[in-house]
Amino acid sequence: MKGNKKTFETAVHGVFLILGLVTVCCVLLITVYLIISGIPAMHEIGLIEFLFGTTWASTAAEPSYGILPFILTSVYGTAGAIVIGVPIGFMTAVYLAKVAPPKVKTLMESAVSLLAGIPSVVYGLVGMLVLVPGIRKMFHVPDGASLLAAIIVLAIMILPSIIKVSVTALEAVPKEYEDASLALGATPVETYFKVSVPAAKSGIAAAVVLGVGRAIGEAMAVMMVSGNAANMPSLFQSVRFLTTAVASEMSYSGGLQREALFSIALVLFLFIMLINATLHFFLKRNKEG
Amino acid sequence: MKKIISLLIIGVMAVAMLAGCGVKNSGGTVSTDGSTSMEKVIGALGESYMAENKNVIFTYNPTGSGSGIKAVLEGRCDIGLSSRSLKDEEKANGLKETVLAYDGIAIIVNPANPVSDLSLEQIASIYTGDITNWKDIGGNDAKIVLIGREAGSGTRDGFESITGTEDACKYRQELTSTGDVITTVSQNPDAIGYASLASVKDSVKALSVGGVNPSESTVKDGSYVIQRPFVLVTKEGTALSETAQKFFDYITSADAAGIISAAGAVAAN
Amino acid sequence: MLNGKLSRKRRGYIGLMRALMYAFAALTCALVLFLIAYVLVKGVPNISWELLSTSPSYLTERIGILPDILNTVYIVIATLLIVLPLGVGAAIYLTEYAKNKRVVAVIEYAAETLSGIPSIIYGLVGMLFFCQFLGMQTSLLAGALTLVIMNLPTIMRTTQESLKTVPQSYREGAFGLGAGKWRVIRTVVLPGCVDGIITGCILSVGRILGESAALLFTAGFAHALNGIFEGLTSAGATLTVALYVYAKEQGEFGAAFAIAAILMGLTLVINLAAALTQRYFRRKKAL
Repeated sequence: MKGNKKTFETAVHGVFLILGLVTVCCVLLITVYLIISGIPAMHEIGLIEFLFGTTWASTAAEPSYGILPFILTSVYGTAGAIVIGVPIGFMTAVYLAKVAPPKVKTLMESAVSLLAGIPSVVYGLVGMLVLVPGIRKMFHVPDGASLLAAIIVLAIMILPSIIKVSVTALEAVPKEYEDASLALGATPVETYFKVSVPAAKSGIAAAVVLGVGRAIGEAMAVMMVSGNAANMPSLFQSVRFLTTAVASEMSYSGGLQREALFSIALVLFLFIMLINATLHFFLKRNKEG
Repeated sequence: MKKIISLLIIGVMAVAMLAGCGVKNSGGTVSTDGSTSMEKVIGALGESYMAENKNVIFTYNPTGSGSGIKAVLEGRCDIGLSSRSLKDEEKANGLKETVLAYDGIAIIVNPANPVSDLSLEQIASIYTGDITNWKDIGGNDAKIVLIGREAGSGTRDGFESITGTEDACKYRQELTSTGDVITTVSQNPDAIGYASLASVKDSVKALSVGGVNPSESTVKDGSYVIQRPFVLVTKEGTALSETAQKFFDYITSADAAGIISAAGAVAAN
Repeated sequence: MLNGKLSRKRRGYIGLMRALMYAFAALTCALVLFLIAYVLVKGVPNISWELLSTSPSYLTERIGILPDILNTVYIVIATLLIVLPLGVGAAIYLTEYAKNKRVVAVIEYAAETLSGIPSIIYGLVGMLFFCQFLGMQTSLLAGALTLVIMNLPTIMRTTQESLKTVPQSYREGAFGLGAGKWRVIRTVVLPGCVDGIITGCILSVGRILGESAALLFTAGFAHALNGIFEGLTSAGATLTVALYVYAKEQGEFGAAFAIAAILMGLTLVINLAAALTQRYFRRKKAL
């Protein structure tokens, strides 16, 4: 009787152990698959030629596979989205966390949550019909589908996550800090920006890194507004990101072209891992700090 | 215990309801995959076939000609759809083509554009970047915005081979479907693009090429030169499933010609 | 207060920061309002009973999103059925069984990594692994399995958080009465973390609804009307994928906006459900 129970318990323990390891298996699976699929093309094309070549012509008679345009576009696009999105999101977060009256706060926070939950294609849709013609008319360029359109769409997309995480970080600042600052003669606004914000520094940095991760990984919304030609990035040019490069050619590619697309996915994956490691570092500091 | 049993019963009922939602599938499936230009034609054919054969499920995945050819090669669908003839390497891989219909490739501009006729050489010069302003060909003083398709597109292949501009086109935007080209051109007064004649809507204007208006009759008699075949791709040596074979015979028969014409293409049979 | 004694520099700083704060908050407000209004104004007029209850027809040039609605339901059901045992099991392992801190850290890092990977990479790997390697072809099931991996971290996190709120004394009491570990988990721990599981489900449904890149390559975009079992084994578009196809590939903006409006409404419902669930369980636990 006792022996039976013991084996049963061990079996259950084993089952849960396997379930627990599923996540690890998944990560390993994804990493291994990407590496196996991505390395061959890099090897054949040559690492330097691949990463730093400036022409991508995968279906030409003489194909060339340089992905520098995509890397730079993704970097500029993400940087642009951060430059626009972070100040707006940060200031809005300070307003929501410290200044807004409770009713306004609840209303705005539910609106921001709504925005955070909407599928990215909806942003792309509105971008296609409002932003692209708008850019064309406002800046007198021949065509509005451009890096600028993608940057604006990305900035609006990362706004909700930046706001949410920053508000949480700001609200976690101990009240004593702010009371002490006010007692020493600082005005409320000075307190918020010179005491609360530095105290919530790690949380806000984590919000920014989260935004970066989301911006660099976005494919669908960006594909709808950026024009999809493999040019070196410039604000009003039609551009292709790392993500859209994979998405647009994947279905019909074959041979070396297909393997090159896997290599692009691998590069993207490595970028993301780097960003995640940075996030992890910031979060750990936040917990200890 | 009672709670669990009642939850289970509700669950089973819900699944049973959902299972009954669809068409009764005792007749098999036929899956097609490929050209976006062929969407209206194959969609109409599939629908009328399903109306007459209530037990068959027909599916169509609009992924582009190049993708459709790959899909049938890899066994992911029964019939591949391509809006261009197969290349020699593809035939060497064991693929067989059957022409279903002929379709014109319309050169489209925004309805606000005063230009309404261009010659084939002018079109080629526009797309290679030799002519860059509409005023050089009788239009407004504005830069020409070139809209085209992605590299695996049958429409692009047809357009570039007939105009002689392979690998030389300087696209401003490379879009992944015929519908997208039409939308983009309809929104930009200075844009020019190419799209399947069968799919052209009122939101854009189709130019006449060398004086010839694109229509079913001019495609049929060949006077409208920018045209390409709609091709059904199957694997050589591998028999189609019974359902797929019946569907194949149906769409290549003379009975289907009326549906093909109504959808805007010229039936081959 | 001491306003009169503030230096010009300080007053300038305060004024600037204040202005920026109100301006940007107003900008965010305006953006949010514009987006919601635009989608609703363009979408709601297109929502008709015909749209919601029929499939698209080429012969009659009609657009219907019933197949997409059903596909979405099927994929949500399939994903939840698979991800719940996996996620809850993993969370239970982490809080109840795992003794080795290293193992716990590795699993938690793996979960964190999974949640940061962009959905297009999931789509790619899903297509390679589920559709080609395992031979599932383009099907809702392959899409569901890809979504399972994407939502695993969410379920794990919410279940873990609510597992931690089960007082240790409950467990010790049960052990003291002679119950084995599995029995303790089944009767004491699991009921206590039901709120975390439900919250996790709701959050996952929200995420699944919003997913398009991962499903485009794994589940395709067909519009056939299927029952649940055929539906899972054949290709099908969910609402979000259908939105993308109607907007980008076919230029049918009426239908696209209608779907966008529906999705917006669904997101609102899901947010509300999550908030209500949390309030309900918080009250229950406080008793």
